[in-house]
Order: sequence, then structure tokens, then C-alpha cells
Amino acid sequence: MDNIQILAYLPFYPLISFLLLVLLGKRLSWLMATILSVGAMALSALSSAYLLQVAMLTPDTILTAHLWQWFKLGDVAVNFALHLDSLSMVMISVVSGVGFLIHAYAAAYMKDDENYSRFMAYMNLFIVAMLLLVLADNLVLLYLGWEGVGLCSFLLIGFWYQDPENAVAAKKAFIVTRVGDTFLAIGLFLLFRETGSLTIDDVTALAHSNYLVENDMAFWICLLLVGGAVGKSAQLPLQTWLPDAMAGPTPVSALIHAATMVTAGVYLIARMQGLFMLTPEVMTIVAWIGALTLLLAGLAALGQSDIKRVLAYSTMSQIGYMMLALGAGAFSAGVMHLMTHAFFKALLFLTAGSIILALHHQQNMFKMGGLLKKLPLISVLFFIGIAALIAFPGTSGFVSKEAILAELYSSATAGPVFWWIGVIGALITSIYSFRMLFITFFGEYRGNESVHPVTDKLQLIPLIILALLALVGGLITLDLTALFPTISIINNDPAWLHTIAIATPFVGIVIAYVGYFPKTGQDISDPSENISAAVGSGVNLYSFLQRGLGFDTLYTYMLVKPFVFISKLNKNDIIDQIVHGIRWNVQTWHEVFKASQNGQLRWYGAMIGVGVVLLLAIVLFSANVFNAGGGAL
Amino acid sequence: MSHIPLMHAFILAGILFVIGFIGVIARRNTLFMLMSLEVMLNSVGIAFIAAGSAWQEADGQIMFILILTLAAAEVAVGLALLIRLHQQRLSLDIDELNEMKG
Repeated sequence: MDNIQILAYLPFYPLISFLLLVLLGKRLSWLMATILSVGAMALSALSSAYLLQVAMLTPDTILTAHLWQWFKLGDVAVNFALHLDSLSMVMISVVSGVGFLIHAYAAAYMKDDENYSRFMAYMNLFIVAMLLLVLADNLVLLYLGWEGVGLCSFLLIGFWYQDPENAVAAKKAFIVTRVGDTFLAIGLFLLFRETGSLTIDDVTALAHSNYLVENDMAFWICLLLVGGAVGKSAQLPLQTWLPDAMAGPTPVSALIHAATMVTAGVYLIARMQGLFMLTPEVMTIVAWIGALTLLLAGLAALGQSDIKRVLAYSTMSQIGYMMLALGAGAFSAGVMHLMTHAFFKALLFLTAGSIILALHHQQNMFKMGGLLKKLPLISVLFFIGIAALIAFPGTSGFVSKEAILAELYSSATAGPVFWWIGVIGALITSIYSFRMLFITFFGEYRGNESVHPVTDKLQLIPLIILALLALVGGLITLDLTALFPTISIINNDPAWLHTIAIATPFVGIVIAYVGYFPKTGQDISDPSENISAAVGSGVNLYSFLQRGLGFDTLYTYMLVKPFVFISKLNKNDIIDQIVHGIRWNVQTWHEVFKASQNGQLRWYGAMIGVGVVLLLAIVLFSANVFNAGGGAL
Repeated sequence: MSHIPLMHAFILAGILFVIGFIGVIARRNTLFMLMSLEVMLNSVGIAFIAAGSAWQEADGQIMFILILTLAAAEVAVGLALLIRLHQQRLSLDIDELNEMKG
């Protein structure tokens, strides 16, 4: 097999596995379903590892696998073609590599679920969609993957649909991301109208050569694309779905909401960077979105009691960093952070999943505590994830986050303000990370249930691999410079910049230690429970933070309430009235004609008589009129 | 032989026709309805004969012969039906036969 064939087969292993799992369903035993789904992922992961090795040896490799023509738009053929360059190389390595590890973990995590094969089928389909998204040669195929990812996230978040709350969360995720998807679709339509092509390379080339530059169009198209990215990547103002999406099983959170799906928006902007370079205004907007999201999400993470929700807000915040990097023109740093984030956030989510399993589905941090002694191995793995998250020197997160911060200060589309936001964000990151860590792992155990130690090898091995990646993943560097033309950087950074950036996380640790470390004899209880006890204490900062800075409430009053009000006004749908009118008409005439068919012969006779009289009257009358008229002439 | 005005004959025919028609729709006994129908047919016959004699044409008489034949055929079939009906239902009330509606 040559490289192109390997590339062409890569997304189809999970697809075949998905189809088989759907067809055979529950007839498969746990072992069979696992071999099928995890095996398919292993094949994809091996393929991408092989391709990665090829790409590392020969840096400028660009592979294109033209599979078939999908359909034609006028004269433009939309092909089912896969395109592999260094950016998609990074993405498929993350998607299939981390995806494989998460699949293996999920096989152990979901072993006792009665719908195990359905779960694995959705996971496989999700990977297929994500691979198509990142490998797509044209924007139509990218959009197919984009929507596929949205669909699978809906299915997986609502996997335990028997609980109405999960179904609501799934619907919320679907609807909110749909707002972004609509922006993206409109952006693609505009792009097609302006350039007449949807192949990514052509679009970028055409956009540079034709009048898009002088036109406002590039601005609007880029803004719409950002709208799509904001929805999928859970950035302001479409971020509200992500914390609720933690309703799904924990491996889903790791797969969708940490490692892959939320990175789709980042990938989109990085992929379309040729277009974005034309509009520095939009790049600044992207930087602002990222900066605000990373601050707000970080603050919200400080107010959570649920360990998974802390991680969810942390994901939002880290994606904010990537957006900030993209907006500042530091594309390769952003993509780098995407990769390292996938490693350490998947690790964090999966270890959190193991903790939750060990504590019998207890997710509240304030019901944990002292887990360092009870689950030492898991704790160490979690610490590694946290270290990478706060950019502890030497970890992968450090490499990528410092790369982002280093480019912010003197970027043309960002600047010192963004650098300061980034540093403050890093401070908040380390505070909430260590708050979580101190409350969960130190002090006394506060739960009621006994702790089950994790012994399943299938659970532990992926965690250990991910921990290694989180530590040294920063060393995997692909040369992205061929893809992203670096903006000429005048390096006038003051010397103290790096010192501050490196020192910030330690300041955060100290603050978290002072504020949250469980000292002996101190009572640690859930602040949100205290709030409900002390009603009427005015605006409470903690509950404000816990509700994600009130965005849900804001949207409820801004959008949901008016919508419900309008739909209540229009309870008897106006459009329905037309249909009801037709029905009423038919029914009435039916009654009238039915009454005439009464079988009474004498009645029929009388009616014939009446009819004849009427006809005669008409004939005679009209003849008279005619004669009279004729006479007058 | 005194000459009868055509209009008088038509008025007679009209009166007979209306009497017959009222008989058809007012009577409930099917036998009497059939008889009323004969009255209507014959009133039409009178009109034809009168018109034929007024215009000195044979067409009116030919028409009457046709009507007579039709009436004979109709009565034959009608009476046969009535006999069967009476045997089956022991009644000739037309209103009780309304279940034949489609």
C-alpha cells in the first residue's frame, strides 16, 4: 500500500465498525463489540502514526486522495477527496490517537452498560465525522463532517436519555451549536458566490487574487466563519452548551468536549487562515472572543462543585487560548496548544471518570477529599494532567502556552492587553486547578460510600499513555511554517515578559493553597449548599460564578422567555387556520350533501319538481330579458 | 262541433299534471303513487292531442301513442315490482323503503 491508499482507508475503518455495530447491535458480546470498535480505531491510529512518521521525515508532504465525485454544483464538481498536509496531520494524529485511547478506556468504563454496542457505535461514528472534517479537501465535505460531529455529540450527550436532564442537555448542545452552524453555512454560501469554488486551496488562492481584498465581502465571510467556530468551540457568546454537555458518560466528555469536537472551530479558522489574513479586523475580533472566554470561563470554573464542570469550564478557557493565538496570528502556536490540550484534557477527564466510578458516581468535589491516600495511582495521573494544564515548566502544556504568550505581546492583531489577559488567565487557571486538586485529593475523605480502587488494566493503560503524552507531547513538533506564513515579528518584547509568564502559575498555586487547602480541623462543605441555607444574603458571588456568570439566565430572559411568550400568543397557529378552514368546508358540504341522500323517494320527487320549476323560471326569465333587450334595439 | 280553444286544453292538462304530481309526492302508498303517475302521463297526452288537433298535424297523436306504450310498459314493470314488494314487506309505504339509498 502506498501512502495515498493508507490515507484513503483511514476514515473508513471506524465507519465499517459503526455499520457492523449498528447492524448486529446487542447480538455482539462485550468482547466482540470491543474488538470491533477499538480495533477499528487502532487501525486508524496506526495509519495516522505511519503517515505522521512519513510527514516528519519529509516535512513538505502533501497527500491528496481523490475518492469519487460527490455531486456537481453547476460546473463545479464537489469531490469526495481527502487532503493531508501538516495541519490535518496534527489533527488526525490527535483525533485517531487520542480517540483510540479514549475508546480503549471507554470499553472498560462502559462495560456494564446494557447499551454498550450502541455507545461504541456512536463513538466510532463520531470519529468518522471528525476525521472527515479535518481531512476534507473542500468545504462541503468539511461541513458534512461538521454536522456529523454535531449529530454524534447530540446522540452521545443524551446517551442516558432515560434521565430527562440528559435529554435536555443534549438538545441544548444541539440547538446552540446549530446557531453557529447556520452562520457557517451562510458563510460558505457567500464564499461560493464570491469565489465560485469551495475547494480549500482554490478558495484561499482566489480570495487573494480577486477583488475580495478590496471588497467588504472577505470581512463578512470571515465573521460568519467565526460564528460557526464560536458555536462549535463553545466560545462567547455561544458557550452555554458545554458545561451542560457533561451529562454524557465521562469518556464522551473526554472525546467530544476536550480532545476533538470543540477543536473543530479552532481547526476551521486555522484551515482558512489564508482568508483571515485578509481581514485583520476579524482576527482582532477572534482574539477578543478568545480573551474574554478564557477569563470568564476561568472565573466560572472557580465556582463549580462538580468536578466535571470544573473541567468543562477549563476546556472553554483553554480553547479561548487557542482562539486568542489564532486571532494574534500565532497559528502554529494555537494548533500546538490544541494538540497538547487534547492530551492533558483527555487525561484529566478520564482520570476524573475513574474517580467518579471509584466513588459510585459521585461527582461533587466536596463529597471527595483525601483521595491521594485512597487512589494513589489515579491521583498521580491527575496531578500530571493538572501540571500540564497550568503550564508547569517541562510539561507539554508549558511548551504550547508559552508559545502562545510569546507571540501575543508584539502581534499586529493583538497586543500587550491580550498578553496581560493571557497571563491573568493563566493565573486563574492555576487557582481553579489547584482548588480542585486540594479539595479532591487532600484533607479527609468526606464521602459516605467506600472507595473502590481502580484495577482494570484496560482503564489504566490508556491513562498512563495519555499521562506520558501530557508530559512529553510538547516534543512532537511538526513543521507548520510551510502552511502558516509567519507575520514578520518585530521582537520588542521586554525581557521581563517570560519571567512573569513562567512565574504566574506558581503565584496561582500559592493563592489556591491559602484559599482552599483543607487544613486539619477545618470544615469543608459545599458552598452552594450553604447558599441555599442562607437565603436572602443578597447577590452571592459564588452562586453567580457557579451559574456560569449568569449567561444561562440572560439567555433565558433574552431568548427563551420571549419565544415562549410569542408561541403562547400563537397557540392556535395562524397557518393551521387555513388547513382547518379547508377541513371545515369539506365537512360542512359533506353534511349538506349527505342530508340530500336520504332515500325518501317522495322527497326526491318533490326536489325534481322544484328543480324543474326553477329551471323553467330561469329559462323563461332570461328569454324575457333577451326579448326585451332585443325589442329595445 | 264547437271549437275548444287550445289554451283551455293546456290549462286542463296543466291542472291534471299538477294534481298527478301532488299525488306522487303526497301519497305514501306506492300503488297510489303509480296511479298518480298515470294521471301525469295522461295530462301530457291531452296536451299533445290538443296541440296536434289545433295545428292539424298527426305528430301529436303519434306522440300520444308513444306515451301510451311507455305507460303500459312502465305500469307492467311497476306493478310487478309492487307485487314482489308487497310479498316481501307486507307494506307498500314508500317511506319505509328508504334503506335502498346508496
